[in-house]
Amino acid sequence: MTEHDKIKQDKEEWENSISLKKERKQSFRNLSEIEINRLYTPNDIKDFNYALDLGFPGQYPFTRGAYPNMYRGQLWTMRQFAGFGNAEQTNKRYKFLINHGNTGLSVAFSLHTIYGIDATDPRALGEIGKEGVAIDSLKDMQTLFDGIDLSKISTSMTINGPASILLALYIVTAEKQGHTPDQLRGTIQNDILKEYIAQKSWIFPPEPSMRIIIDTIEYCAKYVPQWYTISISGYHIREAGSTAVQELAFTLADGFAYVEAALERGLDIDDFAPRLSFFFNSHNNFFEEVCKYRAARRIWARHMKNKYEAKKPESMRLRFHTQTAGVSLAAQEPENNIARVTLQALASVLGGTQSLHTNSFDEALCLPTENAVKIALRTQQIIAYESGVTDTVDPLAGSYYVEWLTNKMEEEAENYFQQIEDLGGVIPAIKANFFQKEIANASYKYQQEIENRERTIVAVNQFEQREPCSVPLLKIDEEIANEQIRKLNKLKEERDNKKVNEKLERLKEAAKGTENLMPFIIDAIREYASIGEIINVLKEIFGAYHEDSIY
Amino acid sequence: MEYSNLISQLLKGHPRAAARLITFVENDIEAAEEIVNSIYEHTGNAYILGITGAPGTGKSTFISTLIKIYVEQGKKIGIICVDPTSPLTGGALLGDRIRMKQLFSIDNVFIRSMANRGQLGGLARATEDVIKILDAYGCDIVIVETVGVGQSEVDIFKSAHTVVVLLVPGLGDDIQAIKSGIMEITDIFVVNKMDLPGADKKIAEIQQMLEFKKNYKYDSKEISEKFAKIEQWTPEITKVNSKIGENFDELLGLIKKHKSFLEESGVISNYLKNRITNETIQILKYKLTEKVEELLNSDKEIGKYIDQAIKKSLDPYSMANLIIKMLGLEK
Amino acid sequence: MSKERKIKVLCCKPGLDGHDRGVKVLARALRDAGMEVIYTGIHQTPDDIVNTVIQEDPDAVMLSMLSGSHNAICPIIMDKLKEHGIDDVLVAVGGIIPDEDKTFLESHGLKGFYGPGTDLKTIVDFVKNNLKR
Repeated sequence: MTEHDKIKQDKEEWENSISLKKERKQSFRNLSEIEINRLYTPNDIKDFNYALDLGFPGQYPFTRGAYPNMYRGQLWTMRQFAGFGNAEQTNKRYKFLINHGNTGLSVAFSLHTIYGIDATDPRALGEIGKEGVAIDSLKDMQTLFDGIDLSKISTSMTINGPASILLALYIVTAEKQGHTPDQLRGTIQNDILKEYIAQKSWIFPPEPSMRIIIDTIEYCAKYVPQWYTISISGYHIREAGSTAVQELAFTLADGFAYVEAALERGLDIDDFAPRLSFFFNSHNNFFEEVCKYRAARRIWARHMKNKYEAKKPESMRLRFHTQTAGVSLAAQEPENNIARVTLQALASVLGGTQSLHTNSFDEALCLPTENAVKIALRTQQIIAYESGVTDTVDPLAGSYYVEWLTNKMEEEAENYFQQIEDLGGVIPAIKANFFQKEIANASYKYQQEIENRERTIVAVNQFEQREPCSVPLLKIDEEIANEQIRKLNKLKEERDNKKVNEKLERLKEAAKGTENLMPFIIDAIREYASIGEIINVLKEIFGAYHEDSIY
Repeated sequence: MEYSNLISQLLKGHPRAAARLITFVENDIEAAEEIVNSIYEHTGNAYILGITGAPGTGKSTFISTLIKIYVEQGKKIGIICVDPTSPLTGGALLGDRIRMKQLFSIDNVFIRSMANRGQLGGLARATEDVIKILDAYGCDIVIVETVGVGQSEVDIFKSAHTVVVLLVPGLGDDIQAIKSGIMEITDIFVVNKMDLPGADKKIAEIQQMLEFKKNYKYDSKEISEKFAKIEQWTPEITKVNSKIGENFDELLGLIKKHKSFLEESGVISNYLKNRITNETIQILKYKLTEKVEELLNSDKEIGKYIDQAIKKSLDPYSMANLIIKMLGLEK
Repeated sequence: MSKERKIKVLCCKPGLDGHDRGVKVLARALRDAGMEVIYTGIHQTPDDIVNTVIQEDPDAVMLSMLSGSHNAICPIIMDKLKEHGIDDVLVAVGGIIPDEDKTFLESHGLKGFYGPGTDLKTIVDFVKNNLKR
């Protein structure tokens, strides 16, 4: 009798011997609807091969971690996403965060900036500075980073449609501080595919958008070598209501699509792939999240090596930022969110994240207050310095359950890759509404399960105690918007408009051809062209995108 | 008269009045009766286009492009988008309006979404009334748009002057679907997305299908009358790319050609006769069904018949004849 | 054609915010409760919304707002509806609406204010019980 047969026999006996049938639920399923068994044994990972499936941290296939000694060497970057009101206010918040131990900046932009329209545009009504900091021009950017040395800090900018413009703004802001582009470290999100799939802040149609993205990749490979050019994001796909498996599969599929587009441009995979990074969500189901990150690293490594024939290990190594799930925060008894965020943060650390944003407990109600932000940052510090989970690398490896679930998630992601390929790739699948439908179905199902109490959300659908909530809220002064509009109008009067128009005209000509647009954007920025002006010029050539909305 | 205010506003071209009246005719046949009675003399000016195509054929983009051209010609357009009602819940998601980019001024383009509410014939009657309201509202062209290409479209499209069916290269089973439904009343077949490979192959397939149709003999008198117009009109086939408006000149030419054909050949009088007959049949069906249902639910005599039928002493045909007698409809 | 009147609801996302998970889930829930639902898609201006209300004549309009622009945008929508003489339509706003803004929005005739985690049934019942016609 082999060892596996013996375990099988013993397990059957064990299941028969005790009354296991009386359980709280008929079936236990995680958030990806994967059925979870009562107990996992070596039989669940029969074909497990340590060298092929796990390897050592920092080595192919990177399942155990992106770096050899992980948090024993360096803790993850505690990067709290922040931005609200105008550049002066956010600059103050950044200095507050840096003083409390934040080790990287992460910029949240105002919606009007995200859509590439000026504060003066009527569509910006009511949106200016509400969800992030209002940036219209180089003037605002200089204020935002006033007194912060851009050669010393790394900055992540959550920006997609106008990512190339914000990168240009950052480069020129650093230039004014006396730094060269090769000194700059940071990330632009620059992931337009997930905008069509989930987040919806697109500007141009997919094809010209991809061109601009590849322009930034090409430009940074040459001049801003320490910059992460895309943060391929599953976060928003998850927030839009996808399952963990969908988040994993759709995000990596987007990643492959960028790789293919860059290869088509003629770039060498080992020149650009090391500068791609990822951004995942961390939701409520603890082990599912841990396994998602482990599976992501392994899938990426395998595809990069086998399909795209990367040679450098750095090209195969997936690194990622994590944000805890905004969608999981409840407005009822908001303090409970601190516990949710702690577990989500812990999952991402055990999954080997490179940087982390923990949500503030009041975010289901408003933008976070300073006190709530501090608690969120303290949560990370407690995990890092008190819990001991950072003492060894990938401590959950070898658990029958964790390895089984990691395998299972990889398998299900591969199924999705096949379906996407059958549709002709990511962009055709977007146009066929494939992702959008999958996500809409998953989110409706999840919501129904909560309503039917098949899934419990504490104090929301069980143990409810309707009490009026008394959390202090952060209000954005409506006067901020008026001031932003005044500032922009003043700037447009003071700058050399002849030069601005000249640079915009050149950008427009370049957009008609195939040249890299980055130098033209940077030139326009130097003359204080606004983001909205640059986008409008490009829209004339590229057109605007409209969604075939499905629901 | 309850609706007289709204009707006088409708005739002056107030969109809100049109919208309110449409709600009334959708929800209530008595309202419909009163409203149609008042506006009937103001109708008959709009040209009615029926447009259908399976999901994925790019209907919304196609219609958007068409509207744009008509609006540029100074025409006022009404669009009725029909979406299916869920048979389980009775609810519906009405989607097409958002897919037509809202680039149009409310003065020129009136879009109204309707759920088919899944009743036999009911939709065709309501659609007919909504067309009349948009006609009286001053629309030069009323487009009726549906999702399917099946038999249920046939009833709705009996009101249309010209019926356009959309197909796309690639989709395999759309020809089959047409054959079993709407083929006989289609005037123009349009292969959309002509930039995709296989557009010409699709045209050949349609031609083949129409050849086959020529050999087909209608043996039912009803059918041959219903499709009288087809006997003299050979359906046209064309291809377009709606995204960039390619080849719409030809399409518009074909619609015009069909319009002239209707007028010059005298088929138009046939069409009008059929349309009014059909409409009346729909109304009668509805009214009679309602009467019969009322009778079945309330009349004690019928309760007795049903008991007899259960005991096998009366068969359903004889029972139906008894009810016809009760309604005073005896032959 | 049915005897019972169907409730027709327009679900909208005004402003620039693209977070449409909630509004899409709501649209389906209202459909499953037997209503006829139109979802406008994202990025709707007050004029877009009012024009759609004029043509579609819904019984209720549900505005989904999460970006904090409600105080600026909702009153404009209400004013424009009034300009067109539309006063018999239930207009509700939900999403992230702080308590302290409710009085202001109520004074402009808005209702609802349901936030994250609200039971869909609660909203369905709210629509059924607050129709103005």
